[in-house]
Amino acid sequence: MSTIVYDGTLPDGHPLHRLTPEQLDALGREFQAVHDDVYADLNDADAQYIRRMIRIQRSLAAGSRAVLVASRFWPAWVLGTAGLGVAKILENMEIGHNVMHGQWDWMNDPYIHSSTWDWDTASPASAWKHSHNYLHHTYTNIVGKDKDVGYEILRVDDKQPWEPRFLAQPIYNALLALLFEWGVAVHDLDIEAVSEGTKDPEELRQQGREIVQKVLGQVLKDYFAWPAISGVIMTLVEVGVIGLFDPASQEVLPGESRPRRRVLGRRGRGLRSGNVVARLGRRRSFREPFRSTMTANIVANLIRNVWAYAIIFCGHFPEQAWTFTEEEVADETQGGWYLRQLIGSVNIEGGPLFHIMSGNLSFQVEHHLYPDMPSSRYQQIAPRVRAICERYELPYNTGPFLKQVWSVQKKILRLAFPGRVDWPKPGPWREPAVAEEPDAALPAFP
Amino acid sequence: MPVESGARPHVPGLQRRLLEAAKALTFPLLPDDYLALINPMWSSRELQGTIVELRPETSRATTVVIRPSFRWPGHRAGQYVRIGVAHGGVRHWRAYTLTSDYPHPDGLISISVRRVDGGRVSSFLNDEARPGMSVSLGEVEGTFCLPESPETPLLMISAGSGVTPIFAMLRELARRGARTDVVHIHCEHRAEDIMFGELLGARLSGYRRIDRISGTEGRLAPAELDALCPDWRERASFLSGPPEMLKDFSGFYEAQSCRDRLALEHFQPFIGDGGAGGLGQGGRIHFRGRDLSAEADGHTPILDAGEAAGAPLSYGCRMGICHTCNCKLVSGRVRDLRTGQVHGEPGQMVRICISAPEGDVELEEGHIVIDGTGPRSKA
Repeated sequence: MSTIVYDGTLPDGHPLHRLTPEQLDALGREFQAVHDDVYADLNDADAQYIRRMIRIQRSLAAGSRAVLVASRFWPAWVLGTAGLGVAKILENMEIGHNVMHGQWDWMNDPYIHSSTWDWDTASPASAWKHSHNYLHHTYTNIVGKDKDVGYEILRVDDKQPWEPRFLAQPIYNALLALLFEWGVAVHDLDIEAVSEGTKDPEELRQQGREIVQKVLGQVLKDYFAWPAISGVIMTLVEVGVIGLFDPASQEVLPGESRPRRRVLGRRGRGLRSGNVVARLGRRRSFREPFRSTMTANIVANLIRNVWAYAIIFCGHFPEQAWTFTEEEVADETQGGWYLRQLIGSVNIEGGPLFHIMSGNLSFQVEHHLYPDMPSSRYQQIAPRVRAICERYELPYNTGPFLKQVWSVQKKILRLAFPGRVDWPKPGPWREPAVAEEPDAALPAFP
Repeated sequence: MPVESGARPHVPGLQRRLLEAAKALTFPLLPDDYLALINPMWSSRELQGTIVELRPETSRATTVVIRPSFRWPGHRAGQYVRIGVAHGGVRHWRAYTLTSDYPHPDGLISISVRRVDGGRVSSFLNDEARPGMSVSLGEVEGTFCLPESPETPLLMISAGSGVTPIFAMLRELARRGARTDVVHIHCEHRAEDIMFGELLGARLSGYRRIDRISGTEGRLAPAELDALCPDWRERASFLSGPPEMLKDFSGFYEAQSCRDRLALEHFQPFIGDGGAGGLGQGGRIHFRGRDLSAEADGHTPILDAGEAAGAPLSYGCRMGICHTCNCKLVSGRVRDLRTGQVHGEPGQMVRICISAPEGDVELEEGHIVIDGTGPRSKA
């Protein structure tokens, strides 16, 4: 990416410039108080939540892997693939991402801890923690500093100067959705620094080694070890099937009496008549389960990739989100930092299951205000955050899932072409009036 | 390991090889993580234990009998083990003396815990723990042990819960058939708080017990040894008690020129000159990769000084046991606050909870907490 050209004029009503320094300080204190209140209240129920979530996720993963042993039969393939896809989503989003943010470090459990966790995806934990926890969460939406603005391949903000390569960005965009985990792994290397030659070669070698190790482990597990397990188990099953039921075992060999044939048949005589290996080959007893388990794992990874992409792109790229220049945030205070996180992030509306499947990144605003707060608390504090927004006349960005996905895709298409666009920004948050239910206040029959 | 964790269990060879092979299926997790779904005790990530019995010793002390999840590695009488207990969602570690004799026929171990007012773990183990609960078990440590062949007559001095290692030693002596001449002076504020009173009060051969109830008789002064145990100079002495008592007695033995006859046990970091003659000079501390430096005098641990300056440093026991706070020394030298010894080579790992800077030092943390909260300092 080349340098940012921006004329420095501030859009009217930019929240960053409407609040006085005193107001910003007070805002910072109010946001900090929410964090401190939650941290003072963390207790056994919170610990039980993440432990239960991990137990559910691992049981689902193990169960789906077991079902996929029989994946040469299509109902098992569908069931196992769906289960594994969901397990990977839970692991990456509600568990891995949040554990690696240090949200559960307060438990002092060495195995649910940001320093030891590694997740079921191509990107190694250490590189991701640097590029995401540090770079993205510290410099959120500062164009030129936050490398997550377009991930160095897309133009998702009109402050990024247009280049001809962006004409093809609808194609990169689709590829990134499908190959998201690989995109993240490569992104963590900081391709820009690599191509400019500013990256420390020793660090690059070290990270390269880590990525290779991680990728080898993932590929071995999903595309070789589990398919091989399916192949071996299903082959053994077929050996049993041949032995017991194969018509070949019913053939009478010359010189054999009938009663003897029946006994031999039961004892697996079928294995000895004719070439078993050839018959197993004909029945594709290893190849077929291997292939079907491998395709199931490919599809499960794709499901996770597309879902993670969709949720994550809705976090900062919808039209509502503000972006910033380095000059705008030059002397940022704590209050200014909170404000930037608030107006640079966008929530997604949805039900409880949706929130869990998005790793509570549907509370992207709360997550960016408090990256180290247990995700299960975001929903609880959201009303307090909205109340602060209302009092300071600040926006609280949110919207339904499909609307947000469309907003992002529309923007990516538009920004493939040159020019600047003024996306409409939401005004100050107004808490919708709760519909009065007069009957609820009155007792029914006494 | 930046977070305090349990000991590595002893896993039998075949099981270890199978687990190693199955890693390919569970990467980046371990097979243990899935086995733990069926039974948490099957995980070989760290040594754990199940509480099998809770035996009240006094109204505020309990012996906790634990079955380790893998074969117990063994210990010597007088040694202690770190125990990790989850309370309020947070895992807390404490070190407790092992009061069981090794080897136990059923592979069990025990610790004996007196409730400390306001103490989270000791209160939990006395009041809330139930058989069936699990704990994490750390490494066995400690050098407060009997010599291999204790031929000399012995003098044991204990106060309060400091009796636990002495009790373990008496058990070991009995097993070895070596309890021939032991004098045991035990100090306790109230008579009803004496632990193992009945076991030790019975007429044991070769064992003379002197109880000192300090609530009514006043604190034991070292000079009283001449009256209580006139031949104390001929005896190998073992002392286990609170820091002031250790200081008084080690000073007394020093003055009587028989300091080498006295072995001490202290659980709290023993901040003193360690016989090195005067405290260190302190210095400036710089943590590499952090934009802050701290000042510490000669008796403030680097960990305390760093935290006071706002660095969210990793820590565990805060008394030099668990190595959670380990930092790499980039430059400078440190003083071990327990012994007074000054040491330090570049690249050496130092426990910053028991080390003070000796001049300016630069350290590199084992793990830097990046919490992504920008300019906000971690509370």
